[in-house]
Amino acid sequence: MNALLGLLLKETRHILRDRRTLAVLILLPIVQVILFGYSIRTDVKDVRLAVVDPAPDATTLAIRDRFNASGTFKTVAVLRSEAELDALFQRDAAQVAIEFAPRFADRIAHGEPAQILVITDATEPNSGTGRLNYVNAVVQGYLADSPMSGMSSVVPTSPTSRGRIRIESRVRARFNPTLESANLFVPGLMAFVLTIVSALMTALSLTREKETGTMEALLVSPLRPAQIIVGKVAPYVVIGFISVAAVLIEARLVFHVPIEGSLPLLLGEGLLYILVALSIGILISARTSSQRVAMLAAILATMLPTLLLSGFIFPIESMPEALQVVSNIMPARWFVLIARGIMLKGIGIAYLWRETLILGAMALVLLVVSTRSFHVRLD
Amino acid sequence: MRIPRMFRSTPSIRRTLALAHAEVLHVFRDKATLLQIIAVPIVQLLILSNAASFAIRSAPIWIVDMDHTQSSRALARRFGATGYFDLVGVSDAAAPANEAMLRGDVSLVLTMPNDFEKSLVRNHAATVHLDLNAEKGSAAGIVRSYALQIINAYAAEIGAETHPTESSRRRGGIVTVSRGWYNPTLSYTHYMVPGILVALVTIIGTLVTAQNIAREKEIGTLEQLNVTPITKAEFITAKLLPFWVLALLDLVVGLAVGYFVFGVPMRGSLALLFLAAGVYLVVALAIGLWISTLVETQQQAMFVTFFVLMIYLLMSGLFTPVDSMPRWVQIASEVNPVRHFVTISRAILVKGAGLREIALPLGALAAYGAVVLALAIRQYDKTTA
Amino acid sequence: MSELAIEAKDLTRTFGAFTAVDHITFDVKPGEVFGFLGANGAGKTTAIRILTGLLRPSSGSAKVAGFDVATQSESIKQVIGYMSQRFSLYDDLTVRENIQLYGGIYDIPRDELRDRIERLLDRLALSKAADDAVRSLPLGWKQKLAFSVALLHNPKVVFLDEPTGGVDPIVRRQFWEMIYDAAHAGTTVLVTTHYMDEAEYCNRITIMVAGKIAAYGTPADLKRDAGVKSVDDLFVRLARSAA
Repeated sequence: MNALLGLLLKETRHILRDRRTLAVLILLPIVQVILFGYSIRTDVKDVRLAVVDPAPDATTLAIRDRFNASGTFKTVAVLRSEAELDALFQRDAAQVAIEFAPRFADRIAHGEPAQILVITDATEPNSGTGRLNYVNAVVQGYLADSPMSGMSSVVPTSPTSRGRIRIESRVRARFNPTLESANLFVPGLMAFVLTIVSALMTALSLTREKETGTMEALLVSPLRPAQIIVGKVAPYVVIGFISVAAVLIEARLVFHVPIEGSLPLLLGEGLLYILVALSIGILISARTSSQRVAMLAAILATMLPTLLLSGFIFPIESMPEALQVVSNIMPARWFVLIARGIMLKGIGIAYLWRETLILGAMALVLLVVSTRSFHVRLD
Repeated sequence: MRIPRMFRSTPSIRRTLALAHAEVLHVFRDKATLLQIIAVPIVQLLILSNAASFAIRSAPIWIVDMDHTQSSRALARRFGATGYFDLVGVSDAAAPANEAMLRGDVSLVLTMPNDFEKSLVRNHAATVHLDLNAEKGSAAGIVRSYALQIINAYAAEIGAETHPTESSRRRGGIVTVSRGWYNPTLSYTHYMVPGILVALVTIIGTLVTAQNIAREKEIGTLEQLNVTPITKAEFITAKLLPFWVLALLDLVVGLAVGYFVFGVPMRGSLALLFLAAGVYLVVALAIGLWISTLVETQQQAMFVTFFVLMIYLLMSGLFTPVDSMPRWVQIASEVNPVRHFVTISRAILVKGAGLREIALPLGALAAYGAVVLALAIRQYDKTTA
Repeated sequence: MSELAIEAKDLTRTFGAFTAVDHITFDVKPGEVFGFLGANGAGKTTAIRILTGLLRPSSGSAKVAGFDVATQSESIKQVIGYMSQRFSLYDDLTVRENIQLYGGIYDIPRDELRDRIERLLDRLALSKAADDAVRSLPLGWKQKLAFSVALLHNPKVVFLDEPTGGVDPIVRRQFWEMIYDAAHAGTTVLVTTHYMDEAEYCNRITIMVAGKIAAYGTPADLKRDAGVKSVDDLFVRLARSAA
């Protein structure tokens, strides 16, 4: 027991002495919460509008004023023709353009259709849709308030003017009423942090010992391989929990991210995930004695998939079939599901038993395989 | 490699080339570095480009129809008919829908109350309820837009049917027609791939540089070099040059993959893109160099680089538009070189921009390059004070 | 020759509260084999790092080949060679590539360089292994190679930091023969070591204890003055009195 404690102490001292790595381990999750919470947004606001008005008249001016007054749009340029529009889009100076057909007010007065061409920079597909909706809303607003009675518009997303059918949709966003993006990222962030600490740091720590040759000394000591692993790895698990706690607290304070469900359950599942990540780290270290290769392997096998394929940032439903299948073998995917369920939906084991089972099975299999390969390799 | 005599003559150039040559040999002999520079980026590019999408494919929807009338069934059919929604269940009570929601099986529950049709006929108005499953994120907002579109289209259609006189007056109205430029297929790949390329090239440039120099520090070969007459400038050039070239090569391969595999457009001048890339990479590499002066081991180099890059990448407009971010993030991103290069890449590749259109961000990049390089050079000292 | 190869006056270096090198004063004549003895941590490596321009002195002064270490460190680097304690050639490059690299760095003319490489390989009996990666060489060969590379550009002074650590006695003997050859050719050699028996091979030595010079002179003089039979005995006595 003393030998194990000695090893734990040495490992802890080593970690504390490497201040830069420690700083990153602790600061990274904290900074990430802020970054993810604020940067991954899809709001429509401050839209830069270019107006192409070849023949301005009372109506076009009135409509242009409405856009200026809308609060959503900011007119950045008024052009006479489409010619300069390309350059504006390419410079990112404008995001949407509205182009009035010539003789606008005239056409309306004579009962002819007057067209407004809405040109969106569709480079980013989703924002194009959002902006279009807002443009239509402004046009509709103009029509609803316009003195010309009975004038209607053929725009699919219109609320109706007089005489039309109106269907009002009451929308409620369940589990995340404010659509706060932090709510969605925190579970994934937890998985990410745990992965770094449990898989990457473990793999690095064990291979470093191998590289410097001190691993042999450890093996010759009265410590059993299992104890060596525990001794080297336990401090990182503690750091992992501290990081996760920091993430949860910060998310709570800054973004009011809830934990609707049971905290012990969440921590328990977290522990399960740690076991999985640990086993992967041990497996990696068993197969190589070079720190750099271990680093690469850990990144490829754990960090990248957690980042990209677990549903952390990009929804799994948006991925092609093949990747959706692959994501099934990513432990992070299951943990993210579980964590989201507990934190946002407040559900418990009753709904999560399947996911928990999968995670548990992964942990079991990986633990067995990794400890055995560790043993074999060093003998 | 045969270098013309004229260039070989200065001892300075010779020193730089000798070290750069050794550097290149290192890279090609080190499996780990090669993997990092070639295999990892390509794998990342392939997976990431496919995975990174916020597009809605088929959102599962449950309809709670408490009305059972022709109108309610018609609306339900509308939802099933579009490609966006996947009707997974219909019920006349809320409970099963709720279950499905809790289980995470549906993105949206549409509830039509039992006076739906009656209300439509009598009041020309009705109410429906949309319950969005917002656990999955930004998808919720988009699902809502589509759902609203369908509902309003339905309202417009039955309005036209019941009020034919109104429709004849439609001819005097305002017609809005929309057109999306640069991305006719509304492909998310076209938006993401240029950004991803930037990210990968950045990671290679900065990370490998930082690790490389940190490793020399760790092993002790850096000390040996510091004892030689080689100057700071020569050392830095010799270190950065091979990786600058490699990163550019990576960009070429990445662009090829982007074009042939993902069909990313190449509307603008590739030469211009590479010019911008060349400038950008100086910044990226200089940041790696600067990081290497702050750390002592390779592991630290990796962690610190990761930390710094993550901040840059997330605020660069890579995944989501900078315009959607809060004001203070937008301001901060002005000093983010990644942001500028992402803007430039998209402008050139997707929108076909020319030099004049990217002049501003390009100028910013050049300025950063000068500043960061100067800082890094100043920071690097052959003699420890 | 008029100029001293190395001269140090009250050379001092502190790291925070810790004084690694404490007002050392000594000089080395050109062509001498000068030994810097002392236990690990006595300050030998720090002293060498100051003299090679890697570390700035906190106070005091030193000159190497006439150049001041504080203000002219880059000039010093042109005329010195250095072999560090940690092996400092590139493991994954071949023998030949390593030598070529340093040949390029010191701007040795190409034809001249080719000759020197062949002679070097010959002398070390490494001609067959010239295109093998350095990491495949046994330790003794690596050390000898590192030494030869340090001499490649015919420096005026060469600094060797614990060059014979971990090698067998035969290789150690060969190493010292190489040192003598270099000295005979006019190169000044400053060697640090914690092997006290190697003191006998030097013209003059200093023994450093806790950053200070505790003994300075020829091995014979020092032994006689202290009344001991070997430098080792002298060192033990000095170390005990400092403790």
